[in-house]
Amino acid sequence: MLKSLTQHRLSGLALLAIIILLVPAFLNNPFQYDMATLVLIYATTVVGLNLLVGYAGQISLGHAGFFGMGAYFSAVMTSRFDWSPVPTLILGAALVGLVAYIVGRPILRLKGYYLGMATLAMGFIIYITLNNEGWLTGGPDGMPVPGLSIFGWELSTFNTYSFLGMEISGSLAWYWLMGVMLILGVWIAQNLIDSPIGRALRSVHGSEVAASVVGVDTPKFKNLVFVVSAIYASLMGSLYAHFQGFITPESAGFMESIIFVTMVVLGGMGSTLGVIFGAALLTLLPQLLADFHDYEMMMFGLILMLTMIFMPKGLLPTTQAFIRKKLHKKAEDKA
Amino acid sequence: MSALIEVKGLDKAFGGVHAIEGLSFSVEAGQIYSVIGPNGAGKTTLFNLITGLYTPTAGEIKLNGENIVNIPPNKLAERGMCRTFQQMQICMNMTALENVMLGRHLQLKSNFLTTLLRLPSLLKDEADCRDHAIELMKFVGCGDYIETEASAMSYGALKRLEIARALAAEPKVVLLDEPAAGLNSVETAELEELLKKIAAQGITVVLVEHDMKMVMGISDHILVINYGRKLAEGTPEEIRNNPDVIAAYLGG
Ligand SMILES: Nc1ncnc2c1ncn2[C@@H]1O[C@H](COP(=O)(O)OP(=O)(O)OP(=O)(O)O)[C@@H](O)[C@H]1O
Ligand SMILES: [Mg+2]
Repeated sequence: MLKSLTQHRLSGLALLAIIILLVPAFLNNPFQYDMATLVLIYATTVVGLNLLVGYAGQISLGHAGFFGMGAYFSAVMTSRFDWSPVPTLILGAALVGLVAYIVGRPILRLKGYYLGMATLAMGFIIYITLNNEGWLTGGPDGMPVPGLSIFGWELSTFNTYSFLGMEISGSLAWYWLMGVMLILGVWIAQNLIDSPIGRALRSVHGSEVAASVVGVDTPKFKNLVFVVSAIYASLMGSLYAHFQGFITPESAGFMESIIFVTMVVLGGMGSTLGVIFGAALLTLLPQLLADFHDYEMMMFGLILMLTMIFMPKGLLPTTQAFIRKKLHKKAEDKA
Repeated sequence: MSALIEVKGLDKAFGGVHAIEGLSFSVEAGQIYSVIGPNGAGKTTLFNLITGLYTPTAGEIKLNGENIVNIPPNKLAERGMCRTFQQMQICMNMTALENVMLGRHLQLKSNFLTTLLRLPSLLKDEADCRDHAIELMKFVGCGDYIETEASAMSYGALKRLEIARALAAEPKVVLLDEPAAGLNSVETAELEELLKKIAAQGITVVLVEHDMKMVMGISDHILVINYGRKLAEGTPEEIRNNPDVIAAYLGG
């Protein structure tokens, strides 16, 4: 009974929902809520990126570019043109998806380092554009972003709301909103993975020739997953912008792209729960270690390298395998 | 009646090396057609050309009378061609069953929306696919490995798994590149029976194989190539008695 429960395809999702529900009990000030919300935003982003990197085996070193595009689209349209935030972020995601589709077609033919270089260049172009078009984006100084208004509510971390008779701070409201987004994001990712499309994506990773001779149109599937992961990034970028209330081009920068990839690799490529764990760790670590900021770049590089060498499967899958082995050994010893 | 596969004046050069040179032959539907030749003769290159992984330097290849040069492998799969590889191509990041289910990629009708929302039509399709794949795994003798990770399987079992995946695509013709390589004599005998069963289902089998006993035992027609050119072709009986073939194989 317990076994069949833990092996259900959505058991991870249920576990995640429980964690998201429990976490607020351990948080006691708005700053901590905001950190948790940030974790949720990055986690959802890398759940999308993991579809590309972990499942389809294609690298992207420019994913923050999509995140930044979503963020700036929302920022510019809602602040300068008074567009409504929710339709704007949806339209932004559609546009970013279109950009990913157009860019993806030529560059996804490349493999390994070459694909890494091409996506890196793509990220740089987006970053530089956001920096240079100051008349629209505020340039390197960044720009303010209005709060997220949903159904007439202005969702801001500075406000408080009453909901079913309860007082809810803006920070907590944001936390719940992003918690729901992560659950949705994981559910959709899981549906995609547990399907013929997911199998085709994994086969591109496992053996691209094998995939092609059984009829998988590998360029099409690579492009599909590139677009899907870009849409995840764009949506999260938009929400990030509204949440922070202020954005700079750094959110689209190289460093950010590396952090995303490190979250995936550290947590465990191809493990949805793993990459969420990776996102939590790498978002909170710099907060815990005060001096971290000076060495941030170095630390992430080091983490990436050490993970690749010692735990190529990532932290969570490696730990799971370790525990399974221990349990197995215990059972054997008993017998 | 026209041939299932027709190759005319086929040429493939890698830099200065002519791996295939002026090769012409045709495979009739329903045959077990074997291609033999010494190491480096160009057999694998020939398979890569026919299955669209390589583009010929010159010459033509027809499937069911239609030109297939420059058609990518996945489009050839749609036309009923599938293959296995000398250097096995198994997705080690999946289970054995998933590898075979992958073979049914073209038989599945799911689209992006049914997938995202996990609609009942998708689940039904997947269940059928799974049943079919399990049946095929039993057919090739991999019934014990259904939930096994591919990476945990023995070499011999993987060889059969790759055949099951090719059959899952419901091909009209399968090209098998050295399916017996690395197998022991018991496994080879089982493989021989399996190939006969496949042929009995009306699937055309094109075989590259070094195991002469097996080739002579099951082939309807044999093509011998050496240095990328045709050395001889005919029935097993004709090949066995061909002096050129004997000379080539004895290193003459
Ligand atoms: N991709 C390639 N690039 C350059 N040369 C190649 C390539 N593929 C094959 N060759 C060359 O073409 C020739 C034929 O090789 P091929 O692999 O087709 O032989 P084969 O008959 O399959 O040999 P074996 O029995 O050892 O499998 C060899 O000289 C090989 O070095
Ligand atoms: Mg070969």
